[in-house]
Amino acid sequence: MNKKRSLKINKNLIYVMPYTIWMFGFIIIPLLFIIYYSFTNKAGAFTLNNIFAFFSPVHFKSFLLSVKLALISTIICILLSYPIALILKNYKLKSNSFFIYIFILPMWMNSLLRIFAWLTLLEKKGIINLVLSFFRLPNINIINTEYAVILGLVYNFLPFMILPIYNSIIKIDDNTINAAYDLGANFFDTFKRVIFPLSIPGMVSGIAMVFIPALTTIIISYFLGGGEMLLIGNVIEQEFIQTNNWNLGSGISLVLIIFIFITIFISSKYYDLEDEAVL
Amino acid sequence: MIKKFFKNFYLFLILLFTYIPIITMIVLSFNNSKSRVKWTGFSLKWYKQIFSDRFIVDALINTITIALISSIIAVLIGTFAAVAISAMDKKWKNFYLGITNIPMLNADIATGISLLLCFITFGAMFNFSLSYYTILISHITFNIPYVILSVMPKLKGQQKIIYEAALDLGATDFVAFYKVVLPEIMPGVMSGFMLALTMSLDDFIITHFTKGAGVNTLSTLIYSQVKRGVNPSMYALSSIIFIIVLIVLLISNFLKSANSK
Repeated sequence: MNKKRSLKINKNLIYVMPYTIWMFGFIIIPLLFIIYYSFTNKAGAFTLNNIFAFFSPVHFKSFLLSVKLALISTIICILLSYPIALILKNYKLKSNSFFIYIFILPMWMNSLLRIFAWLTLLEKKGIINLVLSFFRLPNINIINTEYAVILGLVYNFLPFMILPIYNSIIKIDDNTINAAYDLGANFFDTFKRVIFPLSIPGMVSGIAMVFIPALTTIIISYFLGGGEMLLIGNVIEQEFIQTNNWNLGSGISLVLIIFIFITIFISSKYYDLEDEAVL
Repeated sequence: MIKKFFKNFYLFLILLFTYIPIITMIVLSFNNSKSRVKWTGFSLKWYKQIFSDRFIVDALINTITIALISSIIAVLIGTFAAVAISAMDKKWKNFYLGITNIPMLNADIATGISLLLCFITFGAMFNFSLSYYTILISHITFNIPYVILSVMPKLKGQQKIIYEAALDLGATDFVAFYKVVLPEIMPGVMSGFMLALTMSLDDFIITHFTKGAGVNTLSTLIYSQVKRGVNPSMYALSSIIFIIVLIVLLISNFLKSANSK
């Protein structure tokens, strides 16, 4: 028995060996490089300037703008997703139904091209304004503004909010909801006290899948913000691709990474607490 | 009745919002002129030009081969890793899952630059530069976590006991793995593969930082064209891909519902 057990452990070691090597080589070591570059200057001497650069007025303004836009679009995604998830639940679809795929299908068309299509639609002389002019309606003029970027963010990340929320709502037993109604709760009470608390795990994972990519987007701000709107992702990209100041770029990234993991840590704490409260 | 109408209308609006850019692309792919707003007549010329444009063909081949190879390698490494990790004690399991979560949770841009710094530094040491292969390695790196996290849930529960029963009944490790473990986790392996494929096909940011000069995927090619105007053959190609995916989905859905009846 003992021999068998030790053999099994060895076998598991062999199974996990390729991943362990890969993990160290391409996840851990690259992150150590970011830390190394963050704390050194071009000559390789120790410095904290790259870290402080994050808090310089220009960069910090970009960061705050990114947080603002990501926060607004995440909230809009949540608000749009709940009705969709509730309606789809009422439809009593079979799992893997085609209807669910309809929301994922657009992701198979290149996302850059889809965002570029929004540029075509929203431009001053773009398609939406052509249609509006045809009906003698006032034109919209949101391209190169924050509104266009928010629209692009919501558009691009909405499926990542719909799916986890739908998956957690579909798991709620109908009897649980009906029990709330039978006990005299109206729809809003039922939603607030039964459906919403039970869907929080889905919402939290949705937030992780929307807020962080939205915070660090390059493309959406570049395409729909007219190149003048610098979000934190664009700042980092510039330091790496154009100005070639990798130390500065690494420093800003490091602070951003720390911010992201603190955010995730806090939201996972919140989710754990809620989980216990529900139980 | 009215409530039902509003529900359907809401879904319709969301779907319209989701599909309007795609419809725009498909319509523009048939436009005779390169203009993005003026319709100058129906034409198939952009479709004919797809395969005579060397940049598009190269980018298409790169995109597909990188997605397929990286997903297959990620499935091989990830599935074995998931089997091993699920058998670990809590301390090691948390360690491995913690690291596995890093590329999933971290911003793509941070993953991209961390790999860039790593490739450049080691490239200077061992005399290699950014290329097709650095993109491939990067894609494998961000694909493995998707496989592990898809396979892990399937490994919970009964399966370990059945596996040990198979061993007690004289099956070798390999046979027990192949006959007992693999069928059980196959749905997870497949969904991990599909997730990896999707993520790889659509990736821009990580590819943008880790690609060699002159190597392009469809995403980076579009990015490089945006300032000068995207070649409408790109719309044509994307429309074809979209229609193919749609048809595959419809057929598989039809087969599934035919099977269940």
